[in-house]
Amino acid sequence: MASPDAAPPELATATAFRAVLTRDLTLAFRHRGDMANPLIFFVMVATLVPLGVTPESGQLALLAPGMIWVMALLASLLSAETLFLADHRDGSLEQLALSPQPLWLLVLAKIIVHWLVTGLPLTLLSPLLGVMLSLPQAGFGPLVVSLLLGTAALSMIGAIGAALTVAIPRGGLLLSLIVMPLYMPVLIFGASAVQLAVDGISPSGALAILGALLAFSCLISPFATAGALRVSLHG
Amino acid sequence: MSAPPILECRDIAFERDYTPIFSGLSFTLWRGQILQVKGANGSGKTTLLRILATSLTASQGSMFWHGNDLEGHRQEYRFDMLYLGHQPGVKAALTPRENLAWLRPLHPKAGHDTNQALAAVGLAGMEDVPCHTLSAGQLRRVALARLYLSDASLWILDEPFTAIDRDGVGKLEILLQDHAQRGGAVVITTHQHPQLDNLCELDMVRYGVS
Amino acid sequence: MARTRPLLPEWFHRLGSPKGFYQMTSSWMPWLAVTAAVLLLVGTVWGLGFAPQDAKQGNSFRIIYIHVPAAFLALAGYYVMAAAGAIGLVWKMKLAHMVMKAAAPLGAALTLISLVTGSLWGKPTWGTYWVWDARITSMLVLFFLYLGVIALHYAYTNGEAASKASAVLALVGTANIPIIYKSVDWWYTLHQPATIKLTQAPSMHPDMFYPLLVMIAGFYCFYALVLLLNTRSEILHRERRTRWVLDMAEGGRS
Repeated sequence: MASPDAAPPELATATAFRAVLTRDLTLAFRHRGDMANPLIFFVMVATLVPLGVTPESGQLALLAPGMIWVMALLASLLSAETLFLADHRDGSLEQLALSPQPLWLLVLAKIIVHWLVTGLPLTLLSPLLGVMLSLPQAGFGPLVVSLLLGTAALSMIGAIGAALTVAIPRGGLLLSLIVMPLYMPVLIFGASAVQLAVDGISPSGALAILGALLAFSCLISPFATAGALRVSLHG
Repeated sequence: MSAPPILECRDIAFERDYTPIFSGLSFTLWRGQILQVKGANGSGKTTLLRILATSLTASQGSMFWHGNDLEGHRQEYRFDMLYLGHQPGVKAALTPRENLAWLRPLHPKAGHDTNQALAAVGLAGMEDVPCHTLSAGQLRRVALARLYLSDASLWILDEPFTAIDRDGVGKLEILLQDHAQRGGAVVITTHQHPQLDNLCELDMVRYGVS
Repeated sequence: MARTRPLLPEWFHRLGSPKGFYQMTSSWMPWLAVTAAVLLLVGTVWGLGFAPQDAKQGNSFRIIYIHVPAAFLALAGYYVMAAAGAIGLVWKMKLAHMVMKAAAPLGAALTLISLVTGSLWGKPTWGTYWVWDARITSMLVLFFLYLGVIALHYAYTNGEAASKASAVLALVGTANIPIIYKSVDWWYTLHQPATIKLTQAPSMHPDMFYPLLVMIAGFYCFYALVLLLNTRSEILHRERRTRWVLDMAEGGRS
């Protein structure tokens, strides 16, 4: 048994990180239906745009970069709520928080899985939406790259909001309220990258900033999320 | 001079939302002791256990682990402590084996066999069945299997006997007793009357705030 | 062992306790109220009555005497709120959490005032109540950030958790404000419509500028006054069961 005089216990943090990663991937796989929901939402909203605005391809092409990005943002927002909800209900969150492992690292594992099962599929599906909304040819590459970087940043930022609202009944709407302002820079540079490419200007600057935003959110989010989760467990 | 107690609480008070729940709570837990926290519903039993588990922070007072202030030794303490709450963190979509596979690395260095642990709690043959097909008592047993896998010297168990049948209760009593005899310590809440030697009691009524 | 000298002076600890803060600020209130009233009165009369007309905008420019100070404090107020939240989180100081709770609606109100006055100003100047100008858009985002902090605070039933959660959010918001401002600026230069040119005022005539300075000073005093009032009422509410508050209520009644 451990005693305070003994050397600090071997934490095997990497093992714990992998265990949480494997667990969440398994859970996501077992709930495949839930995984598809944001994607279906993504495609359905894309169908609403021509119905609500115009089916005329010239006008759709003007709207496409921003529209696809806004829809991806909303789909990512919808899925953010589920990040910690089940864990909070069944007590796993408390077990994660009470383990001697650094909580931010375990949280990071959860966020990575969340991106793998929401952000990545959204990104892979986005060219289909590009076709549906008559996105000009030049926009497709930057659309995929910007969503690849951007949805990861959105997952990071969304995790903070999800952690802050997990203990609140019906916190989903509140989550959108507190997270959306923080999403705005990502939206601006993501949509602009596609728009620039469509206009024949190199999008590399906007994409670089998007990468910087991702790096920044990776730096802040795990710690803020871990702190927020501890607050939520108090509540 | 003997070794310091595993856990010592001095003058713990807790208030929720600026309303005092209890105050002036002090106790000492030595190796080999099993402490039963008693009290009516709402007297703060679960709250106290969550404070002991470092899930909540006391509004006042201090806690000492092996004579060290917990404030500076939280991580080592968490390493040496296992807490099972009302909701013990068993995932319904995973099998008992998968559940233990992610719960175990949270408290590393536990070198026991998952199959043996599951057999010990009477879940042999159900290792790979999804947990949502199990009964409430069997789910509780999945969580209790962690006790067989744990090296922690302090166990904090909130209502561990809930939903467990008489046979299971007997086994759990033996397990707690063995743990205490090996030099560990246990804090439990229960509305039952466990048959345990070395059982001391802490009645929340004495610390309640009217 | 000899006691080490306290790191912080005694008055700081007195300020740190809600009771000490309440008693210490009691004597400040009349002074602040009078200073704020005088400054605001002088600034308003000077700005509206005596400052010269703007060559292009006529009298409509005079709304800056409210718009600019409000916008100043809207942003500064967010930092006040976040700083109070950080102090509350790091030093577990209850009073700081109360200041944070008091600062949030105040800042949101000032942001709204600056948005509304900006919009009213826009009608005679640009011919429309709303344009997606970089500064207006940033202000709107700031308003949303405030709303988020307030909404989160009210969503929690546990006051302590509410304070901590909204402090975390306020801090995350603070880290993001410069990024949001920069990105909105960049976005605006990308999309800037040629028809709208903002009237910049770097070469403001001194006769117009001095009343503005008075108004800004007045708004700062007013902000401090309302922040203290809010904080004091929050202190009384949270400590309503303690001896000193009950004693004070008794004293006031007899």
